[in-house]
Amino acid sequence: MAKLESKTPPGPLADKWRKYKTDIKLINPANKRKYDVIVVGAGLAGSSAAATLAELGYKVKNFVFHDSPRRAHSIAAQGGINAAKNYQNDGDSVHRLFYDTIKGGDYRSREANVHRLAEVSVNIIDQCVAQGVPFAREYGGLLANRSFGGAQVSRTFYARGQTGQQLLLGAYSALMRMVGSGGVQLFTNSEMLDLVVIDGHAKGIIVRDLITGEISRHAADAVVLATGGYGNVFNLSTYARGSNTTAIWRAYKRRACFANPCYTQIHPTCIPVSGEYQSKLTLMSESLRNDGRIWVPKNKEDRLKDPNSIPEADRDYYLERMYPAFGNLCPRDIASRAAKRVCDEGRGVGTSGPGVYLDFSDAIRRLGENMVRERYGNLFDIYHEITGESAYQTPMRIYPAVHYTMGGLWVDYNLMSNLPGLFVLGEANFSDHGANRLGASALMQGLADGYFVVPYTVGNYLADQKPASRPSTDAPEFKAAEENVRSMTKQLLGNKGTQPVSHFHKRLGKIMWEYCGMARNTAGLRKALEELPKLREEFWASVNVPGSGEALNQSLEQAGRVADFIELGELMCLDALTREESCGGHFREEHQYPDGECKRDDENFAHVAAWEFQGPGKPPLLNKEPLAYESVKMSVRNYK
Amino acid sequence: MVANNSQQALSITLRVWRQAGPDQPGKFVDYPAKDLSPHMSFLEMLDMVNDELTRKGEEPIAFAHDCREGICGTCSCTINGKPHGPGRGIATCQLYMRTFHDGDVIVVEPFRATAFPIVKDLVTDRSGFDKIMKSGGFITARAGSAPEANATLIPKENADLAMDAAACIGCGACVAACKNASAMLFVAAKVSHLGLLPQGEVERDRRVLAMVGTMEEQGFGNCTNYYECSAACPKLISHDFIARMNRDYLKASFRSAFQHASNSTGGGAG
Amino acid sequence: MSLVGNLFKSSIGRKFLMAATGVVLIGFVIGHLVGNLQVFQHPDHLNGYAQFLHNLGPWLWVARIVLIVAVAVHIWAATMLSLENKQARGAQPGVKLWIRASLASRAVRWTGYIVLAFLIYHLAHFTFGVAGKEHFKERLPGYLMTSDYRVAGFPVVKQGTEVLDVHSMVILGFQNPIVAVFYIIAVGLLSFHLLHGVDSLFQTFGLRSSRWSGALRKVAVVVCLAYFLGNLLIPGAVLIGAKGLREGYRGPGAHVAAAR
Repeated sequence: MAKLESKTPPGPLADKWRKYKTDIKLINPANKRKYDVIVVGAGLAGSSAAATLAELGYKVKNFVFHDSPRRAHSIAAQGGINAAKNYQNDGDSVHRLFYDTIKGGDYRSREANVHRLAEVSVNIIDQCVAQGVPFAREYGGLLANRSFGGAQVSRTFYARGQTGQQLLLGAYSALMRMVGSGGVQLFTNSEMLDLVVIDGHAKGIIVRDLITGEISRHAADAVVLATGGYGNVFNLSTYARGSNTTAIWRAYKRRACFANPCYTQIHPTCIPVSGEYQSKLTLMSESLRNDGRIWVPKNKEDRLKDPNSIPEADRDYYLERMYPAFGNLCPRDIASRAAKRVCDEGRGVGTSGPGVYLDFSDAIRRLGENMVRERYGNLFDIYHEITGESAYQTPMRIYPAVHYTMGGLWVDYNLMSNLPGLFVLGEANFSDHGANRLGASALMQGLADGYFVVPYTVGNYLADQKPASRPSTDAPEFKAAEENVRSMTKQLLGNKGTQPVSHFHKRLGKIMWEYCGMARNTAGLRKALEELPKLREEFWASVNVPGSGEALNQSLEQAGRVADFIELGELMCLDALTREESCGGHFREEHQYPDGECKRDDENFAHVAAWEFQGPGKPPLLNKEPLAYESVKMSVRNYK
Repeated sequence: MVANNSQQALSITLRVWRQAGPDQPGKFVDYPAKDLSPHMSFLEMLDMVNDELTRKGEEPIAFAHDCREGICGTCSCTINGKPHGPGRGIATCQLYMRTFHDGDVIVVEPFRATAFPIVKDLVTDRSGFDKIMKSGGFITARAGSAPEANATLIPKENADLAMDAAACIGCGACVAACKNASAMLFVAAKVSHLGLLPQGEVERDRRVLAMVGTMEEQGFGNCTNYYECSAACPKLISHDFIARMNRDYLKASFRSAFQHASNSTGGGAG
Repeated sequence: MSLVGNLFKSSIGRKFLMAATGVVLIGFVIGHLVGNLQVFQHPDHLNGYAQFLHNLGPWLWVARIVLIVAVAVHIWAATMLSLENKQARGAQPGVKLWIRASLASRAVRWTGYIVLAFLIYHLAHFTFGVAGKEHFKERLPGYLMTSDYRVAGFPVVKQGTEVLDVHSMVILGFQNPIVAVFYIIAVGLLSFHLLHGVDSLFQTFGLRSSRWSGALRKVAVVVCLAYFLGNLLIPGAVLIGAKGLREGYRGPGAHVAAAR
C-alpha cells in the first residue's frame, strides 16, 4: 500500500507557501551543476520547468515526442489565463481566485495546492510580460482583462484567441535560450516509454528516438513528467492527435499512483462529429452562447428537416425551458448533459453524429448581421471552414466534446508522486482542479508548476540526494526497463494482425464515450468493464503494425499509445464505478438532485482516489487521501 | 478554388511522394481514394488511405500532424504545388475535401527545401527553426526576476502589431513556398514580435544579428522579394515584417561597427 | 562579424548592396535618358552635352568607375545570392504553383541577363565603336557648335567649337531597323527589371509597408513606363522616319576627306 502523505506545510493557509520556501533545503550553486534532472514534455509546464531548472544551474535533459518543443498542445488553448492581479479594481484577490477554483472544482481539490496556485498566478503574468508575451492591452498601454466562466471578476489575461500559443512560445523561448547556453540538452522526436525506479526512487527513463528507432537509457537525479492529459482515451476530443497517456501510464505501472482518473471535463460547444472518419473535434468558443439560442425540434420526425422550415411552435429551446434563470448561459456541465439528454431522446439534429442547434437568427434580427459578424466573425469562419455551412443563414450545430482531464498522477504538495524523485506537473497531475476545471485555469496551473513551484520543490528533494550519486545506466533496473520496452515493440511489430491501430482506438472511444462520458451509471460502467478487457485482448491478437522499429514508424508509436489507453480506460471506468457520487465532471445518474444537479457525497467521497498498480491481471489497489478543508466550507455548488 | 458544396461523395487519385528515408531516392506513387465525404478533412482522407494500406499489409504514408486545428504547425504537406494546399490562411489540417472535385488528381509532397531534409515520405526535419530560435529568439528574463507587469506601458498599436508577428506557428510553409527556400518570414516574424516590445529593446541588435546569422548557417536561401511566403502563410503574416527586419539588421550592423563600446569583458554578464 | 563582413557575406547585407547599387544605377539610367532626349532638340544640345561630359576629364572617370563598381557589385551580389538560392532550394521534382509573385519579380534574373548583354552592346556601339563601326562618332565629320551649350546657365561648350557629332551617330545607328528593335526590346526589359528593383529596394532598406506599398507599386509602374516610353521615343522616332539626320550632315566620308 502506497503511503500518501500530502506533506502540506503547517500553519495558516495563506502563509504555507511563504513558510515552505523559507524552510526548504538549498543546494549551493557549485553543486547544482552536479545534478541531472530529466524533464519529459515541453508544454507550458514542461518547458517552463526545464528552462527554470536550468537557469538555477541544474543540468536538464528535456525530452519531447514532437519535432519541436513549440508544438506541444498547450499551444491550442484559446481563451486566457487567470491571475489575481485585481487590475480592474473589481474586488479580486488571491483568496477569491483560490475560492473560485476550489468551488469550481466541486470541493475535490487539495486546498493548500490551490491556494499556492492563486498566489503565484500574479508572478506568472509578470514573468510572461517580461518575456514578451503580447497580451491584449488597452489604449493607455495597460494590460486588458476579460471575464470568464465561474467568476464574478475580470481576471483573465489574453492574447486574442491564441493565449495558449503565446504563453507556450514564451516558455519555449526561455527553454531555447537555455538550450543555446547549454543548460538544457534537448531531445526532440523522443518518446519516453518507461520509467526506471531504483530503490524506490525515480532515477531515469527509457526513450525511443522516433526517427531512428533507437532505444536509449537516461539516468538522472530526478525525473519530472509534464506530459499532459489523457482525453484521447475517448478517441474523439479536442486534444491533439498525438496527445497520449503513455508516459504517466508507464509510470503508473512502476507504482506511481493514478489519482481520480474518472474526472473528465466535457465542453458543451464543439462542432459535432460528421462521420466515421472523424479524427478530431474542434472547440467553438463558449462566448457564442451569449447571443445564440440552443434548441432541438420538439418532434423526432423533424430532426433532419431544414431548421429554417421548422416553425417556432415546434422548437424546444430546452435550456431556456429547463433553466429559466440562466437559460443558454448555464454552466458547462449542465449544458453538456442537457444536450446529451435531448439527443438520447432521439431529437438530436444532423445527418451523421448527433447535435443541437445554436441559432443566431434572433441575434441577427436584434443586432443586425454586421454586429454579429463583428462579435463572432472569426468563429463563424472556422465553422464554415469545417462544415461548409454559413451560420448566418442556418443555425450552427454543436455538441459537447472531451477537452480536459482533471485526473492524473497523484502528487503531494511538492508535486512529487508517491515515488520519490518523480515530479508530475500540469495536466498530468491531479492536484489543482478537483473534479472540474474552470476556464483559463489550465494555463495558469501549467506555468505555476513550471516556473514557480517545481524549481523550489525539486531542489528540496535533491538536497537530500548526494551530488553525482545518480545510478549508472548499466544498473539492472535500466536493463530490465529497456528490455520491457523492447519486448513490447517487438510484440507489436511481430503481431501481423489484420486491423490498423485506429480501428481499436475508435472502438475504445465509443465504449468510453458511451459508458464513461458525460453521464455514467452502474450498469453502463459494468458493461464497459466487461468490454474493455475483451477489446484489449482483441487488440493484442489482431492489431497490424507494418514497417520496422528502426525508422520513423507512426503506426508503432500510435499502437503503443492506444495499448496504454485501453488499459487506462479500464481504470477510469473502475474509478467512475467506485465513486458513488456525482461531482463536477463526474456525473453518476444515480446521484443527482431532482433538477439534475450533481449530488456529492462528502461523507464518503471527500477523498482523492489514488489507484496503485498491483501487477498485470491483478485489480489495482485503491488508496485514499482524505481532503481536509481548513479554510473553506464545503457546500452545494449552486449556479442558479 | 471554388468550393464544392455538394454532399456528393467524391473519388480522387492521390499522387504522393514516397521516400523511405533521408538518403533514399523518392518517387511519386498513385493511390486511389474512393467515396470520400466532402466533409472529411484532407488529413482524415490520408488516415483512411493509410488504414487501407495497413489492411493490405503495406506501409502507410508517413505525414506530420498533431493538433488538427491549425495552431501547432506540425502538418506540412505541399498540395498541388502550394504549401498547405488550396485556400488562403489555412494549415494543411484545415483543408477539407469539399475543396476538391470528383476525379481530381491531387499531388502531395513534403515541404521541400535543402534546409528541411526529408525524414520519410511527407515528413521533413525542420529543426533548423529551433536552431535559429536558440541563437536569439528570446528575451532574457529569468523566472523570478520579472518586474511588475503593468510597470511598462505598451501602446495598444504596438502590442497588436507584435501579436500579428507572434502568430507564427513555425510550420515552414514560408520556406517551402519561397523559390529560394528562404526563412526570412519566419525569422522576421520573431525579430519583429520581440523588437516591437520595449522588453525586447535591450537585446535588439544582438538578437537580429544572431538570428540572421544562424538562418544563413542553416542553409536557408535569400529573400528576393517575391512575397510567396506571406501568401502561403497559414496565419497570413505580412512580409512587411521582413522589411522591418532588414532595417533592424542594417541598423544593428552599422551600430555594432561604429557605436562606442566598453573594452571590459568582466563583471555582470556571468 | 564586422560591418564589411555583414554587408558582403550576410544575406541581408548583400541585398543591401544590391539595393544601394540599384539606386546608383537607376539614377544613372534616368539621367542618361534625360540627357539623350536632347536628340529631339537642336543638334547643339546633344553634341554640346557629349562634349561637356567629355571635358569633365578625370571626373568623368570617377563617374565611370563608380558605375562600373556599381554594376560589378550588383552582378556579383546577384550571382552569389542566386547560387545560394539554388543550393537552398534543392531539387524540386514535383509541382510549383505561383501564388502571388509578380512576373517582373519572377523574370528579374532573365531580364538582368538581357540587360547586361544590352549594356555590353550599347557600350560597344556608342562608346567604343566596336559595333556599327561605320557610324561611330569618331568616323563622322566634326560638328561646329552654332550656339553655346549651357549647364545651369554657364556656357560650358562655346559656339564655334568643333565637337564629335553624337547626334548623327545616334540617328544613323537607329536607322538600322534590327538595331532599333533590339534597343526597344532591351529597354523594355530593363524597365521591367526596374519595376521589380524599385519595389524591392524599398523593401530591402526596410522602408516599405503595406500601408503604402500599393501606392509605391503604382509609382514604380508609372516611373518604369515613363522610362520605357522615353527610351522608346529615340529609336522609335528614327525607325518610323519622324526624326531624321540634321540639316547639313555630309556623310561619314566627308570628315576624312576634309582632313585630307
